[in-house]
Amino acid sequence: MSPSPPSADSNHADRGPTDRGPTDRDSTGPDQLDPDRLARMCAQASEAIAAAGDLDELAAVRTSHVDGRSAPLALARRVLGALAQADRAAAGRRHNDAAASVRALYETRLAELTAERDAWVLVEERVDVTVPVNRAPLGARHPITKLSDYLVDVFVAMGYEVAEGPEVEHDWFNFEALNLGPDHPARSSHDTLYVDPMGSGLLLRTHTSPVQIRALLSRPLPVYVVCPGRTYRNDAVDATHSPVFGQLEGLAVDEGITMADLRGTLDVFAQALFGSGLSTRLRPHYFPFTEPSAELDVACFACRGEAARQPCRVCSDEGWIEIGGCGMVDPNVLVACGVDPSRYSGFAFGMGLERAAMIRHNVHEIRDFVDGDIRFGRLFGTVS
Amino acid sequence: MKILMSWLREAVDGLPPAKAVAEALIRAGFEVESVESVGHDLAGVVVGEVVSIEVVETKKKNVRWVDVAVSQTGTRGVICGAFNFEVGDRVAVALPGAVLPGGFTITSRKTYGKISDGMICSLHELGIGDDHDGILVLPPDTPLGVDVAELLDLADDVLDIAVTPDRGYGLSVRGIAREVATAFGLTFHDPAAVVAGGTDAGGHDRSGAGAGAGERSGVPATVGYPVVVADPDACTRYVARVVRGVSPGAQTPLRLARRLTLSGMRPVSVPVDITNVIMLGLGQPLHAFDRAKLSGPIVVRRAREGERLVTLDGVKRELDPEDLVIADDSGAVALAGVMGGASTEISADTTEILIEAAHFDPIAVARTARRHQLSSEASRRFERGVDPALAPVAAQTAVRLLTELAGATAEAGVTDIDHRRPAPTILFPVGETARLGGRPYPSDVVRRRLVEVGCLVTEAPGPDRLDGLDGLDGGHTELLEVTPPSWRGDLTRPADLVEEVIRLEGYDTIAVTLPRLPAGRGLTQGQRLRRAVDAALASQGYIEVLTVPFVSDDTPARLGLDEDDPRAAVVRIANPIAEDAANLRTTLLPGLFAAAVRNIGRGQPNLALFETGLVFRSVAAATPPTPAVDHRPGDDEIAALNAALPDQPRLVAVVLTGLREPAGWWGPGQPVSWQDAVAAAHTVAGATGLDVAVAADTVMPWHPGRCARLTVADPAAVGPVAVGPSAGRIIGYAGELHPRVIAAYGLPARTCAMELDLDALVEIASRRPPVTAPVVSTYPPADRDIALVVAAEVTVARVTEALRSGAGDLLETLTLFDVYEGSQIGGGKRSLAFGLRLRAGDRTLTADEANTARDAAVAEAARVTGATLRS
Repeated sequence: MSPSPPSADSNHADRGPTDRGPTDRDSTGPDQLDPDRLARMCAQASEAIAAAGDLDELAAVRTSHVDGRSAPLALARRVLGALAQADRAAAGRRHNDAAASVRALYETRLAELTAERDAWVLVEERVDVTVPVNRAPLGARHPITKLSDYLVDVFVAMGYEVAEGPEVEHDWFNFEALNLGPDHPARSSHDTLYVDPMGSGLLLRTHTSPVQIRALLSRPLPVYVVCPGRTYRNDAVDATHSPVFGQLEGLAVDEGITMADLRGTLDVFAQALFGSGLSTRLRPHYFPFTEPSAELDVACFACRGEAARQPCRVCSDEGWIEIGGCGMVDPNVLVACGVDPSRYSGFAFGMGLERAAMIRHNVHEIRDFVDGDIRFGRLFGTVS
Repeated sequence: MKILMSWLREAVDGLPPAKAVAEALIRAGFEVESVESVGHDLAGVVVGEVVSIEVVETKKKNVRWVDVAVSQTGTRGVICGAFNFEVGDRVAVALPGAVLPGGFTITSRKTYGKISDGMICSLHELGIGDDHDGILVLPPDTPLGVDVAELLDLADDVLDIAVTPDRGYGLSVRGIAREVATAFGLTFHDPAAVVAGGTDAGGHDRSGAGAGAGERSGVPATVGYPVVVADPDACTRYVARVVRGVSPGAQTPLRLARRLTLSGMRPVSVPVDITNVIMLGLGQPLHAFDRAKLSGPIVVRRAREGERLVTLDGVKRELDPEDLVIADDSGAVALAGVMGGASTEISADTTEILIEAAHFDPIAVARTARRHQLSSEASRRFERGVDPALAPVAAQTAVRLLTELAGATAEAGVTDIDHRRPAPTILFPVGETARLGGRPYPSDVVRRRLVEVGCLVTEAPGPDRLDGLDGLDGGHTELLEVTPPSWRGDLTRPADLVEEVIRLEGYDTIAVTLPRLPAGRGLTQGQRLRRAVDAALASQGYIEVLTVPFVSDDTPARLGLDEDDPRAAVVRIANPIAEDAANLRTTLLPGLFAAAVRNIGRGQPNLALFETGLVFRSVAAATPPTPAVDHRPGDDEIAALNAALPDQPRLVAVVLTGLREPAGWWGPGQPVSWQDAVAAAHTVAGATGLDVAVAADTVMPWHPGRCARLTVADPAAVGPVAVGPSAGRIIGYAGELHPRVIAAYGLPARTCAMELDLDALVEIASRRPPVTAPVVSTYPPADRDIALVVAAEVTVARVTEALRSGAGDLLETLTLFDVYEGSQIGGGKRSLAFGLRLRAGDRTLTADEANTARDAAVAEAARVTGATLRS
């Protein structure tokens, strides 16, 4: 198939007069509906339709010969009313047949020209759609912010609310109210950064647990909150340490809260983090603010706990990944917040977001989270 | 804490292999960080005797050509680099074919011109010590040719256990052995119970108190070394024993040395090694004084003002009046429970030793250790709680071992000053276990578990059902009277006992349920808006970073801030990680600058970074009293604590460098400009549903001619609302950075930045009433264009404000479509071309109406700004 392009149509220039319509345009007499006259109109229309070389020309022909108000057939139809009653039916039929035949010719030509355009013109207008077009690429949210939002949403869906608090805290909120008195041996493990001067009682919070204290002090019972936020320890930045890291903690204080509720909640949490079908395990541990206390392990999502049989880099062949600490809120903590421990009980849990993000996203160096390199950050996209 | 399986097996018969023991300990709450197998891979090393030695001189160092006999018949030649043995010594010889730890196989090989037919081994080479320097010299009576691995009982497993700070008893073989015995239902032989009979020196009758071992030291309480305990609260027990005739040449038996080494301690001398072995085994820290260097009675007291002590580590320490010390007539001779003093340290010449076995207050020891930054094996144990019943047993064991191993003679006198308080009892409703555990725990199980822990359990006297203590065990609560054992000072409350029962029953036996929560209110409006801001910036191409918020002292100066600028009121860290990053950030910009410089250094010059986070600005505040923890603090107390905190607003900031639109096949790209920074402010404010108004300002660290002050009007304000850039609250600034700041931070020229107070923005936005929908007119608009000539210093904002005000309600939109400066209008002037779209809600505007509105707008602009229509 090699039709010539429309612009090369040699008929184009001298089709003007024909196009402008029938020679007896001014005639308004009833003889316009003569069979001969109608046949001539049809012939002229047919010629014009056939001569239309592209869709634009055909559109013009449509106005002049097919649908237009001054097309001969349209004009001829106006005289129908002037005919004698006896002739009117036959003339009308004749006109309808003529108009239908013109329309059919038009539709056929329209189909031909459309096909021609599709075959040729659209091909010629082809562009390379694979050239880069995005001059305004999307940015990205930080993986820690995203993970925090994602986990928060899991708990909000269960009915928890989100509590927040200051990052420079008073010792009372960060330690004392959490059953960590000034001489508590567990304090040394917190590597606390203190605000100058030392005696000010101010420090950079070492965990988000002070937010739990603030929630218990400020909210009516029962309290169900999650506390995401930044926390601080006296560690220089390297591959495995960061002085700043994110935590997410949860707290439920209500009548009748048990460790069974804690287990169930942590299962939901672990599933949100690493997917379903992984078992969890609580190991007895010690935290000053919970009693009993436990550490939470999740079966390694990579080897699914089969590390004993095959080496696993994700869990270092442990079969389990430690993801956080938890326990039943220590009665001393409840008392410091004015909650009656003989009536209310509660659970609390907490986890480090960097560690979870490192496992989830196979991040090797914790410093990547604070370096701000866009090659790292860009990949995480805009949605949670 | 490193625990040897061989040592555990002495206290518990029938223990399974190390791996199973480790798993049981983990399940019981003792985190076993590693299980190390030692000595299993040692084979072919036998005892030999050195027959002759010949020195071989080489260029670098001399070695020795040693003839050793490993049997009665014949010898073999071995090259050895060590010089610490002589002819006649018995040594460990690895024969060709022997395998040393790590799979290292010994062969016969030619070296230094001789055939070395084996190797003489050091402790390190045998995998039982760190000592590379010298060859292991065995006792002279060691039989020739015997397998060294068997002789020394070298095959062992070492469990490395991270003991939690509540379980001081776990810092001993005794404590761990009890746990594994319970875990496997095996019998525990208490190593502290080996000495039986006699009377308890303290005079307390604690028989039947569940305290078990260690009550009776087995030695009559005769008068021993004079001791005065001046602070019986801080020193609840002090046992002193004296031995004489300690043989200076005594050697620690290899078996003991090996235990110490594998437990992570270096063998030093017989007396020191004995105290360490007892500490590891029983958990009782001991101190050995050179009796001859003590003058006068021992006094346990607080340090005196200005008192000094040189401790064993050679450090001269100024003592604090709160430090608990052991003193004699010369003054302080030891920091009680932390470290001994140099003046009474035992030496190679010591023949008389005073053994101290005491119980010191955990807090006193912890404070002293912290004050002097001196954490020792002893202080670690005292801080976590040592069994106060152990002191006489441990002292007696030390005396016995000194007698056996160093030929010492025990003095008859025993000093035992006992100020222990009677053991507390806990009233324990059995149902408490079910109330917290979430499943039934039958009474007999609870009792059995508590007894396994070492508690004495009896029925509480009086009614066994108490109202208001109903548990899950069927509504009736049995009340027990529980006396914890002397080594479990951590058990003081019912919750502590609950943990013991649930822990030993296994956390895996707890049911899995979910609490029934009341309906929550979801995220707050503020939390939602903050997420919207993050998402909006990210969708505009900004990449979020979270930077480390520590900055250097010169940050305010580098940013060009005045002294009274709130951003110069830094909060300082008392113990910073690095001295050049000792302050908390007062603005997000320095962190973003550092991230930008880092990226640029890594070849990524085109940056749009953002961060949201808290900044810290110091406020002058009094130090509030710390509230108690035995009740809820008053609201005024809480308010006082909060008032002492620095201001910690949450800000959002962006920094832009390089190209905003990347270069590509479409062209060279678009460099960042001040406009992008201002646009970022619009993005942020828009995400919260607010409009930000812009005005020129001169605020550091921005370029004084390219700094936009950003304000928002309070949408909830009632009455006539002031509009325009002069109204509303300042929420931040945007624009190009000051060239001095750009230079100070090493940023590329024309770097731009924006910083907003996100808290303020969110707070204002949260008060925004619901949007009032406009009447969407279906009538056609009338568009009118005008060009106004104004003085160059007249801002677009002012002209816009005037046009809006003049055009009135018919004005639908106002668009600035051209700005012209040049010869056609003369110097010092600008032409601003605006399109006005006018529309009425109820009719098609006539041309006259549209022109009237346009003219009114122009007239108002002329009145306010002196604008003239450009002709």
